[in-house]
Amino acid sequence: MAKVTIDDITIDVPDGTTILQAARMIGGDIVPPAMCYYSKLKTSGGYCRTCIVKVEQGSAKDPRPMPKPVASCRTTVMDGMVVRNITSPEVLEARAGVVEFLLINHPLDCPVCDQAGECHLQDLAYEHGKADTRYEFERREFEKIDIGDKVQLHMTRCILCYRCVKVADQITDGRVHGVINRGDVAEISTYIENAIDNDFSGNVIDVCPVGALTDKTFRFQSRVWYTKPVDAHRDCDKCSGKVRLWYKGEEVLRVTGRKDKYGEVEDWICNSCRFDHKKTSDWVIEGPTKVDRHSVISANHYENLRILKANIERQKKALPHGEKVQLGQGALDPNNIHGK
Amino acid sequence: MGKKLLLEHVDVPGINTLSVYRQKGGYASVEKALKTMTPEAVVEEVKTSGLRGRGGAGFPTGMKWSFLAKPAGVPRYLVCNADESEPGTFKDRYLMEKIPHLLIEGMITASYALGARTSYIYIRGEYFYVAQILEKAIAEAYEAGLLGKNIFNSGFDHDCYVQVGAGAYICGEETALLESLEGKRGNPRIKPPFPAVAGLYGCPTVVNNVETIAAVVPIVNHGGAAYAAIGVGKSTGTKLISASGHIKKPGVYEIELGVPVEEFIYSDEYCGGIINDRKLKAVVAGGSSVPILPADLILKTAAGEPRLMSYESLADGGFASGTMLGSGGFIVMDETASVVKNLYTFTRFYHHESCGQCSPCREGTGWMEKIMHKILDGDGTMNDIELLWDIQAKIEGKTICPLGDAAAWPVASAIRHFRSEFEEYVRRGHSIKDVKHYYSTKGIPEPAYS
Ligand SMILES: Cc1cc2nc3c(=O)[nH]c(=O)nc-3n(C[C@H](O)[C@H](O)[C@H](O)COP(=O)(O)O)c2cc1C
Ligand code: SF4
Ligand code: SF4
Ligand code: FES
Repeated sequence: MAKVTIDDITIDVPDGTTILQAARMIGGDIVPPAMCYYSKLKTSGGYCRTCIVKVEQGSAKDPRPMPKPVASCRTTVMDGMVVRNITSPEVLEARAGVVEFLLINHPLDCPVCDQAGECHLQDLAYEHGKADTRYEFERREFEKIDIGDKVQLHMTRCILCYRCVKVADQITDGRVHGVINRGDVAEISTYIENAIDNDFSGNVIDVCPVGALTDKTFRFQSRVWYTKPVDAHRDCDKCSGKVRLWYKGEEVLRVTGRKDKYGEVEDWICNSCRFDHKKTSDWVIEGPTKVDRHSVISANHYENLRILKANIERQKKALPHGEKVQLGQGALDPNNIHGK
Repeated sequence: MGKKLLLEHVDVPGINTLSVYRQKGGYASVEKALKTMTPEAVVEEVKTSGLRGRGGAGFPTGMKWSFLAKPAGVPRYLVCNADESEPGTFKDRYLMEKIPHLLIEGMITASYALGARTSYIYIRGEYFYVAQILEKAIAEAYEAGLLGKNIFNSGFDHDCYVQVGAGAYICGEETALLESLEGKRGNPRIKPPFPAVAGLYGCPTVVNNVETIAAVVPIVNHGGAAYAAIGVGKSTGTKLISASGHIKKPGVYEIELGVPVEEFIYSDEYCGGIINDRKLKAVVAGGSSVPILPADLILKTAAGEPRLMSYESLADGGFASGTMLGSGGFIVMDETASVVKNLYTFTRFYHHESCGQCSPCREGTGWMEKIMHKILDGDGTMNDIELLWDIQAKIEGKTICPLGDAAAWPVASAIRHFRSEFEEYVRRGHSIKDVKHYYSTKGIPEPAYS
């Protein structure tokens, strides 16, 4: 065990825990924002630098401060380490700098971007950025690329977090690398096209923190805040089958993995669940998703949670032998999912 | 004349061939080490010598070697960093081109010390002809039994390979180099782990600069103590300096560390003074990455002491009034040079060479170049100078590898020491778009090159 203090809050964590993980164990405002780290992807993190913190004391044994800010997602805690995040004006200033860097070449095309409303860059800019931009030059642009018939890569929006590259490397087979060129013209390469035949390639959509990789089957269908997320599952021989369905009216507009409050999916889901099962009757509905990120999705939804619960209870009673609650077509009016 | 340890025989005709090289005592260090010394004893000599890495960071080589992990049954590697892409630095090329066997000899001796059965020389793509010179030298060494199995009947086997890079500055950063050597994209790795624990193919690896490895030869031949007797303080031995810019005799010089900067610039033994005896304006002392210093601060420290060509003396005063020895790329600018123009070139370089992995360097380097371009075009504002200052500060220390710092320091130092020149560009606006016009209005001679 190691004792670490972050913004004056002390916690004991197992050896090998990173500063970011320790901060997440504490929770609340002191958790650094993370745009590239993804706990389920090995070697992720370290790239975006939004999670930087100041290490005021390296450890109990060697109390010297670390000379530079460190990436909290890639720095393991030492016993007696003292870290400053939001209690350091220096860190906040440096982070605002990183946010500005991430935005100077971003197209800021949120009004036409499918990710708007669930975009981590929007959240980051809102919470940690500054209102004005000091960048006055032309922003870089790339052509859109279709990666197979289900995923679109809009490289102009990419922040090069490398998450999709790691997904392709670690979750799918037969893929080597996904970035070509260097510097500010580096781009996610079309080698990734090869990955689309794979059963799990659709997960690149879920890990992408911005609107660079989007679900073509969902494209321009609705703003996310007009859709209603519902947790559901099905028996799937490829993945856990635990998904989130995004309803508009009675229609399932898209299927995604279930993301936690840090935007990470609980389970990788297969392409069959994601792209081929878009009927309510394909799924066993568990209930509306609890949306606890301060995102626009949580605005004004779920007023009628009680109605949904009642629906499920009614069905359960109707199934004498304890079968699964199958919310087939008509059994549930998803318009009623307004609950609070 | 200062002592020459590396370039002593550089002008001997045919020194690039094995026969002449051996006539001049070549490969004695291999014989001595393999026949009479344990690997540990060689490491000890290098420690005693006080040799510091010549690739830029100046980390003590003996200490680096002693950090090398030695798990049983796992191969260890020595990798020579011959990527030499820092603007202003061309000493490794000179050494490899003129005396290739000195590097090969160093590779064998150092590999013996480290227990490396295999070593690689990673050379930048633009040095293709130098790679061919090295290949030839390696072939000669194999033929003579200096490489391969059971060298000097010692039971030590060693193979040395040359790998040509594809021309990226970032592949000189040691972990990017290892990635590239493994056949991957040359992105710096996030450390830890350090190469000494998990380097090439995940095995313990030492990465050293060409000159560092070559210096092992005289250290083993004459002993670490003799090497340490040369130089000043913790700057021991000799150092190759690539001298360029407005000097009468540009070229590669081997100096004893501790030569006064003034002597280095003005004496006939080295640079021979400034072209046309013009006034010295500024010096970038250690390759494009290190802070530029104005004439008064490069010749004397802020405390008024004579500045010496040594790690400590050049760094005296920190970044407020000092700089770094770096890789020894010594760029001299006389009064006709434009620090602003020069900085534009540097910002363009770092923008072009950023690998793009981390946001501050990927985005910030391009931004700085664009602002410099704007200022040079006569469209700059006073606010742009502040903005440049702020951007470099937000890159420095916040990146994965030191390229971010290397991009920030030249900007910071140019503004720190030559702010008035930036302001001049801003104030005169378009009228100095034409450089010639600028110099005529300043009443100083027009640069010969513009
Ligand atoms: C961007 C960058 C470029 C570098 N280029 C070189 C190079 O071309 N040659 C070199 O020897 N070291 C270079 N280095 C330093 C190496 O990372 C490493 O420190 C060095 O090879 C270690 O050898 P030494 O201890 O013998 O100096 C570079 C470092 C950075 C950050
Ligand atoms: S496409 Fe998305 S997931 Fe991939 S690197 Fe870019 S921002 Fe990250
Ligand atoms: S500092 Fe620049 S070169 Fe180094 S890893 Fe980051 S982006 Fe790449
Ligand atoms: S989340 Fe740590 S660097 Fe991106």
